[in-house]
Amino acid sequence: MTAAADPGAMAASRPRSARGGGLDRLFEAMCFAAATLLLTALGGIVVSLMIGGWPAFAHFGFGFFISSEWDPVQEIYGAAGAVTGTLVTATLALALSLPLALGVAIFLVELCPPVLRRPIGTAVELLAGIPSIVYGMWGLFVFAPWFAKTVQMPIMMSAQPGTVWETITTGVPNGAGILSASIILAIMILPFMAATLRELLLSIPPQVRESAYGLGSTTFEVIRKVSLPYIRTGAIGAVMLGLGRALGETMAVTFIIGNAHGFPTSIFASGSTIASTIANEFAEATGVLHTASLTALGLVLFIITFAVLALARILIGRQANL
Amino acid sequence: MSSTFAPRLSRRLGEVVFLAFCWVATGIALLALTAIMWSLLSQGLGGLDLDIFTKSTPAPGSDGGLLNAIMGSLMMCVTAMIGAVIVGILAGTWLSEFARESRYGKVIRFLNDVLLSAPSILVGLFVYGILVAPLKGFSGYAGAVALALIAAPVITRTTEDVLRLQPAALREASVALGAPVWRTIFAVIWKSARAGMLTGALLAFARISGETAPLLFTALNNQFLSFDMTKPTANLPVVIFNFALSAYDDWRRLAWAGALLIAATVLTVTIIARMLAREPRRS
Repeated sequence: MTAAADPGAMAASRPRSARGGGLDRLFEAMCFAAATLLLTALGGIVVSLMIGGWPAFAHFGFGFFISSEWDPVQEIYGAAGAVTGTLVTATLALALSLPLALGVAIFLVELCPPVLRRPIGTAVELLAGIPSIVYGMWGLFVFAPWFAKTVQMPIMMSAQPGTVWETITTGVPNGAGILSASIILAIMILPFMAATLRELLLSIPPQVRESAYGLGSTTFEVIRKVSLPYIRTGAIGAVMLGLGRALGETMAVTFIIGNAHGFPTSIFASGSTIASTIANEFAEATGVLHTASLTALGLVLFIITFAVLALARILIGRQANL
Repeated sequence: MSSTFAPRLSRRLGEVVFLAFCWVATGIALLALTAIMWSLLSQGLGGLDLDIFTKSTPAPGSDGGLLNAIMGSLMMCVTAMIGAVIVGILAGTWLSEFARESRYGKVIRFLNDVLLSAPSILVGLFVYGILVAPLKGFSGYAGAVALALIAAPVITRTTEDVLRLQPAALREASVALGAPVWRTIFAVIWKSARAGMLTGALLAFARISGETAPLLFTALNNQFLSFDMTKPTANLPVVIFNFALSAYDDWRRLAWAGALLIAATVLTVTIIARMLAREPRRS
């Protein structure tokens, strides 16, 4: 066990004596095993996805990533539709959510009356606590009808025939689709990004902000020219963390995206994401190739989210060390 | 340049627009929370009667409740938490007390953070691959393992964070009295970090009690009340998912009642956890 020699807190505060001997070693071994179990779990996820998805990669080759055909009857599967759906919804969600998250974080740090700080902070945290499936139901039964009537219909009616705008806004005006899913996702990732951004803003030494104020800057100028540049690295990390969540979010999206396979061309059209496809079809998949293709989609999702989350952690960690 | 001290009009205008935007953004977040809570209460409260807790999920058109789903969820969450608490606390202790600066410790800490926000549906796929497919059957235990894998990283992270906050003097004092390392951790460090560790466990519980995706193809569902976790087990999130997307009004009413139940549980636990975390820390 290499860990015994590490300069950890215990090792540093006390030379190893014979006194606790056996029990100490047993206890440390148990702790070590638990930590290793977590590592094994992550490794196991990768390996099991690779093994499970292998038949699909072997059968379709590179075409699996290019084709957007998804036909369980003829056993033809391509990942392009779901991958595009995942990337588009997550990016749109991020674009909608980031300005709001910044606004909320700045509000809580700079503007909020002290009495309201805790209640509003708690409220935003509760938004993060609401289970995904509740967002899904609310999105489908409450948000979608409202969205169809007040946003979707007017936009579709006013779109000029033949324009690009018309193409990207065609669809069935039932409120479900790519944009609706993105908006629900935006609400879901907002509290996570706001919380991280708030922590980062609070980490700025008061002298830095105060000297900017002392020079006569307005709040806007302090935020834009002092605070944001100061937390830049960590803020990008926070954004990536939000993106990671949006990419992997399952239930809410499954409810509201409409679950149509194929390549999405309109923001009002039904689509699918990797997670929603797996959630919808995996339990009912019968063919070997169907299960394998869904698992292969899972592997693609894992690789995308792992890259994003790893980058997020590195950036946030670097900021914290400043 | 009317005055040296008052900002120019364009600066003042930018400031006003910016401040207004921050207010509006916070308003939107609060509005979303209110709208969701309102829908849950208005749609779910009507269906929340005694039947919910005394009868199992019905066939469409007949009376029923969510008893089997509630029991199934409780069994799976409790089983998952037992495993996750043991693994999480030990792993968090290892990261804080034994491997603070070691390379392996850094790797584990980093990967644990990734696991913390990894898509939960992938955990479901993993458990399907190692437990459901080889044993040829969906089971409550598979569901519990999936939930434990989601809860453990949360507990590991919070445990490490609170243990690190414990002052070194505390450890030194215990050691100076001649206590062995295990005793120091059991009786001094864990004891003094109790509230924070409990907070972590509660947050993990809140997180898994609403998880749906990893249960879809591990625990599956069960129409009947069953305490046998080696068989497919009913659970609230999957029942809500199936019933909400069904065409029957009485099933949808049950789905809303279930959603209210889950949300109320999760939010209550979150608030309790926060209140515990607020307890004065000794420093």
